[in-house]
Amino acid sequence: MDIIAQLFAGLSLGSVLLLAALGLSLTFGQMGVINMAHGEFMMAGAYTAFVVQGVVGDAGVSLLLALPLGFVVGGLLGLLLEATLIHRMYRRPLDTLLVTWGVALVLQQVARDVFGAPNVDVRAPAWLSGAVEIGGLALPRTRLFILALAAVCVVALALALRATPLGRRIRAVVQNRDLAEASGISSRATDRVTFFIGSGLAGIAGVALTLLGSIGPTLGTNYIVDAFLVVVAGGIGQIKGTVIAATALGLMQAFLEYSTTASVAKVLVFVAIVAFLQLRPQGLVSVRTRSLA
Amino acid sequence: MTDTPSTGQRAELARPHAAPEKRGTPDDRPGTPAAGPAPRATPPGLAGADALLGTDTTRFRHDYLEVRGLRVEFDGFVAVRDVDLTVTQGDLRFLIGPNGAGKTTLIDAVTGLVRATGSAAFGGSELLGRTTHRIARAGVGRTFQTASVFEELTVLQNLDIAAGARRRPLTLLRRRTTTPPAVEQALETVGLTAQRDLPAGVLAHGQKQWLEIGMLLVQDAHLLLLDEPVAGMTQAEREETGQLLRRIGSQRVVVVVEHDMEFLRSFADSVTVMHQGRVLAEGTVAEVQNDPAVVEVYLGTPAEPAGDVPAGTVPAGTVPADAAPADAAPADAATREGEPR
Ligand SMILES: Nc1ncnc2c1ncn2[C@@H]1O[C@H](COP(=O)(O)OP(=O)(O)OP(=O)(O)O)[C@@H](O)[C@H]1O
Ligand SMILES: [Mg+2]
Repeated sequence: MDIIAQLFAGLSLGSVLLLAALGLSLTFGQMGVINMAHGEFMMAGAYTAFVVQGVVGDAGVSLLLALPLGFVVGGLLGLLLEATLIHRMYRRPLDTLLVTWGVALVLQQVARDVFGAPNVDVRAPAWLSGAVEIGGLALPRTRLFILALAAVCVVALALALRATPLGRRIRAVVQNRDLAEASGISSRATDRVTFFIGSGLAGIAGVALTLLGSIGPTLGTNYIVDAFLVVVAGGIGQIKGTVIAATALGLMQAFLEYSTTASVAKVLVFVAIVAFLQLRPQGLVSVRTRSLA
Repeated sequence: MTDTPSTGQRAELARPHAAPEKRGTPDDRPGTPAAGPAPRATPPGLAGADALLGTDTTRFRHDYLEVRGLRVEFDGFVAVRDVDLTVTQGDLRFLIGPNGAGKTTLIDAVTGLVRATGSAAFGGSELLGRTTHRIARAGVGRTFQTASVFEELTVLQNLDIAAGARRRPLTLLRRRTTTPPAVEQALETVGLTAQRDLPAGVLAHGQKQWLEIGMLLVQDAHLLLLDEPVAGMTQAEREETGQLLRRIGSQRVVVVVEHDMEFLRSFADSVTVMHQGRVLAEGTVAEVQNDPAVVEVYLGTPAEPAGDVPAGTVPAGTVPADAAPADAAPADAATREGEPR
């Protein structure tokens, strides 16, 4: 029974990690951009949910509205960042890291100025309150919702990349930029679209996080390192790897937390990832990308 | 004594009679009736070429590539200088020259991958200064020296990308269920119908090169710049590719960079020779082979009178660049450091 409870806790944590990392698997994994402001795009998504609820009132309607709106808000922020700063430093990862970290701090300050430093709450809709009882085990509906949301996002992204002409273009530009250009594809436009989608997914993750607790300006900083770890451990540029790594890390964290404390568990997970990357630097699933490796 | 064969090889380019003899391909040899067995002689993979190529013949009748005073510099090293080049439709042009002559750089410049000064116009509109994908959309297609396809996409997806480059953004999310006729046609033309759903990365080298050409066809390129399209191919594959290039060349402007002399003699209508970034000579295969400056570049010594070469010892199909690198490389280095020599 305990094992099953931990299993669910792990999967739930994994789905949160996955939502946070999925966008990074595009912007970092596919494009090789180290965007430290990715967490702040999540924060922006969370505040989008807060604002929408303030305007709409009804918790259920506002959640369903906030998901697409959070995507657009995150995406537009990403687009702006890409067009103004990141595209100038595609070949300079260190500069990108520093600059986007600066942007992250600025965004946190903006959130503080606009919404105030204290955390705020977003009400969960009634149909997500309580838990589903399965065999004497109480599974919180919000957690189940996030699991389902993560699954939907993964499937949608995988389908978009695999089955649409747009996805084909994104993959083409990642695989061979010069050939893509010579085939008539604007690699700049494709970069922007890719960045929009990746950042938009961060916005969706932020909306989801409002279901788990109160939100504040530093919400993103809690997730950014874990999200990068997931992408690196999963193997750069592979959605499949990101899914496996997020699930594995979530489970590991949950089981270790059960036998020790949360912070010891975190350290152990971190050590495990470092050890794993020593053995397999390319991550779980490996593929060539253009600016890393 | 021991170096007699090598001397023979090196002098091969100067053989005056080599070109005319070798020009014919099996199916236009005298005695082969054009109508009868011709479809048989054509490799099955090429069957669809005419249908595919026949679409736009009238619209692009008068296309030509015109390059004037082209110059490319890399950090002070001039890789291409003062290049003038005019190539018209129906004139299958070969571009040759020792390693480092600037052939690839010339193609890169025309397709916007490296910055260049001067002028390069196709169909009357200037290409220099435009981005690569705009140049591609203007009907200029190229292949890369290292056979380049999207390795993780299927053959069909590779062709789809080339075919859809001009699609409007809003249609990009729509999943298409049927294959456009031009793509089907191209699959057949380059003989990859059976491999359509394989990842392009698993294709044989020669098949990748055909896929590249197929992509240019569906891309509807009317200027094709091919960087060593038959490198690494078997003799039979070269023959097929050469015939395909001929068909394409009759309706589009085609420039082929190639080191293989036998391939050149079989299929070139005209030849431009580059050396150290400049155009050294231009003309028919025979003219170029007899040009003393060309012979000197390839041999590193002044040309001997052609008659002195013992023709019997000359093996056909020598690659002159292979005979030259020892001479060409230092010359290259000297230009890099000290400029004019
Ligand atoms: N990006 C670059 N930066 C600096 N120098 C370059 C660059 N690209 C090419 N070069 C130099 O320019 C010269 C011409 O190179 P290019 O590749 O055009 O030769 P090529 O005629 O295609 O030779 P090959 O037959 O070996 O393919 C060479 O000396 C090469 O080293
Ligand atoms: Mg070259």
